[in-house]
Amino acid sequence: MASDESKETHLKARKLAITGGRVIDPAQGIDRVADVLISNGKIGAITESSTGDVPREYVQIDASGKIVSPGFIDLHTHLRDPGQEWKETIVSGTRAAARGGFTTVCAMPNTDPVQDTAAIVEDVVRRANSDGAVRVLPIGAISIGQRGKRLAPMGELADAGVIGFSDDGNPVADANLMRQALSYSVEVGLPIINHAEDKKIGAGGVMNAGTVATRLGLSGVPVEAETVMVARDLYLADLTKARLHIPHISTIGSLAVLKSARERGVDVTAEVTPHHLTLSDEWVYGLNGSVTEAVGSEAYDTNTKVNPPLRSRADVEAMIEALKEGLIDIIATDHAPHAATDKICTYNEAAHGINVLETAFSSVFQLVVNGKISLVRLIESLTSSPGSILRHDLGSLKNGFPADVVIIDPNSRWIVDPEEFESKSVNSPLSGVELTGRIVHTIYQGETVFELNGDHIEAGTRS
Amino acid sequence: MANPTTIRTGASGGTEVTQASLPNTTGTITVPRRHLLDLDDLTFDEINDLLDSASGMLEIIGRDIRKTPALRGKTIITMFFENSTRTRVSFEQAGKILGADVINVSASASSVSKGESLLNTVKTLQAMQIDALVVRHPHSGAPYFISNHTDAAVVNAGDGTHAHPTQSLLDLFTVRNHVGDPSGKKIAIVGDVLYSRVARSNIVAFQKMGAEVVVSCPNTLLPDGWELDTTLGDETGFGGLRLANSVDEAVDDADVVMALRIQQERQEAGHLPSLREYSERWGINSKRMALAKTDALLMHPGPMNEGVEISSEVAHGAQSVVEEQVRNGVAVRMAVLYTLCAPGKSTRIGSGEDG
Repeated sequence: MASDESKETHLKARKLAITGGRVIDPAQGIDRVADVLISNGKIGAITESSTGDVPREYVQIDASGKIVSPGFIDLHTHLRDPGQEWKETIVSGTRAAARGGFTTVCAMPNTDPVQDTAAIVEDVVRRANSDGAVRVLPIGAISIGQRGKRLAPMGELADAGVIGFSDDGNPVADANLMRQALSYSVEVGLPIINHAEDKKIGAGGVMNAGTVATRLGLSGVPVEAETVMVARDLYLADLTKARLHIPHISTIGSLAVLKSARERGVDVTAEVTPHHLTLSDEWVYGLNGSVTEAVGSEAYDTNTKVNPPLRSRADVEAMIEALKEGLIDIIATDHAPHAATDKICTYNEAAHGINVLETAFSSVFQLVVNGKISLVRLIESLTSSPGSILRHDLGSLKNGFPADVVIIDPNSRWIVDPEEFESKSVNSPLSGVELTGRIVHTIYQGETVFELNGDHIEAGTRS
Repeated sequence: MANPTTIRTGASGGTEVTQASLPNTTGTITVPRRHLLDLDDLTFDEINDLLDSASGMLEIIGRDIRKTPALRGKTIITMFFENSTRTRVSFEQAGKILGADVINVSASASSVSKGESLLNTVKTLQAMQIDALVVRHPHSGAPYFISNHTDAAVVNAGDGTHAHPTQSLLDLFTVRNHVGDPSGKKIAIVGDVLYSRVARSNIVAFQKMGAEVVVSCPNTLLPDGWELDTTLGDETGFGGLRLANSVDEAVDDADVVMALRIQQERQEAGHLPSLREYSERWGINSKRMALAKTDALLMHPGPMNEGVEISSEVAHGAQSVVEEQVRNGVAVRMAVLYTLCAPGKSTRIGSGEDG
């Protein structure tokens, strides 16, 4: 069979067999070489590896030597649509997600207009269903216009399909409004996701306070700007018995208060981004820069500017440890595409945010390569753990679940070239960095939505 | 005559370019360069060569007809996104004495609030065939950004709270002319360390030249993680810097006392209870100068708030070299512009060969 024909076949095949891969499905405790059968967009069975001998009606995808995982779920994505379509759209953002192995992305509400009414949310849902490469689950605003004054209509937003509430980027500064938001959300049953940052303490800082900031003369945001608000939110969640989800946690102090809240039984989950697991504030000094050396031309890379800022090495190590032991539940990208004009400027002027979706898995896979975290835990933090926060039938290869599957080549080495991104934007500090491990095939509801060209996989050819 | 040196092109890529060396150098420049962004990437010898060159320039400034053709046909643009009189005029004067055409561009950072505009401004100027861009910008790192997008030599005339290398060169030059080799000398810097690019560049510069640097300021004006009454380790990038517990400790037996300008905004931002209290506790006056060495130099980068960080009595007293600093500023900036822009080895200045 000619491979072009078969490619056409498997893209829309009703029945697919992903054979011979190392199947990792943490929700079911599966980690073995097996075949995954897909039928009519749903997961069928996980069978003993057939070594190519699958029923005739199945189109086979050979995954031998590869890892087969449930499609990743990103609880924190900025699609910029509507309002900033020059940075990203639902189409480009979901294509970027597919290239990064994500089959579900949760879209933050800081669009223009803000996702603070059902009509706006329904528009995103409708367009995502018709145009998106992968599933888009919207997040509604906590407050009208994300202005932190009046609560958004949470019930109406929940009915429109949001999976949580956030004024992302705009912390809920008013403690009483935060208390009311948490309290009101109890009946709705969805988490409040508050970007935890006391902007007063941050005092307009543009990077993490510390040695690098001092050396570069950049104003610093101390870790306490995050920690104090995480602590406040945890106590308010305790007071209201609400569900709190802490986005992009990044400080050792936040972990300490999180741990103590867990022990008190607070209903809290937490996420960490790939960059806070892999990059320290020394990257602002230049790739692997050191303040003991002269400031070079690679310093002040605006692609390292993100909020919360890249932290110290000690913070990074603590995030890895907390993810490993489960204190941090999940990895979420905080994918924040920005146009070149927002980044080709001085560090002070640059917009906050990193383009993450297409480098997310590979960057955190380096932690597996370096023996800092297990592959199973890593995949759990991208699949079943976010799935359980969403309380949807997602993040596992259980029989009857949507057939969202990602195939990973753990040995493929590649150099990040943002020009190749599906994303409309290129704001990645990892440009030119070599990574090991790569997404080679992404299947969403039984259909191929991304397949890496080249020699990495012979997907679609029957042996 | 010194050997021609090659220009470091790391900042913007491209090929190596041969350029004439400094006048009056001993041929010790080993790392050729095309920009002056800070002093941290200059070697001990490079700094000394620049200072040697400045001595020659000072002689030119003292002539009746202070004009040389050294940079004739060269265009220098001063681009100040922040108000400054002395630094801009100093660069303009330096360029004009060397015979260059100097064009002053002033723009507020707010009118060029987006980086695309800064980028476009630079590209526009670049298209007009300029040789050097002297940049003052309120954002740290701006000259580094600009140097990545232009072929012209970029001179940092002060960027945010990061660096002010020509101020450091003139301070080193002034100290060398009075105290001699700064090595082993105690330099007390008193003032707003957190926001001062002069403090940062001078710490780097004087430490590089072997001096012992001590700073004193309110704890609220120290960078995060710097603790009073400690000495910084190498991992901070300012290894060996002493953070004095009191201004008296800092100036005690000092060879040089440097007062920094304190801005009214610091009081408004809550860093200080009042300028009055600052003046009481950190102001440099004759009583505090008496703690320093008898012939200690009193310096200030200007402009001074007399009566706040420095008393009028000492500002204009016998130990003050504040006005000399200004004069020396022109000389070191001539040395810098010449080093970066000189057209070839045919022209030497400060050696009697020029017209």
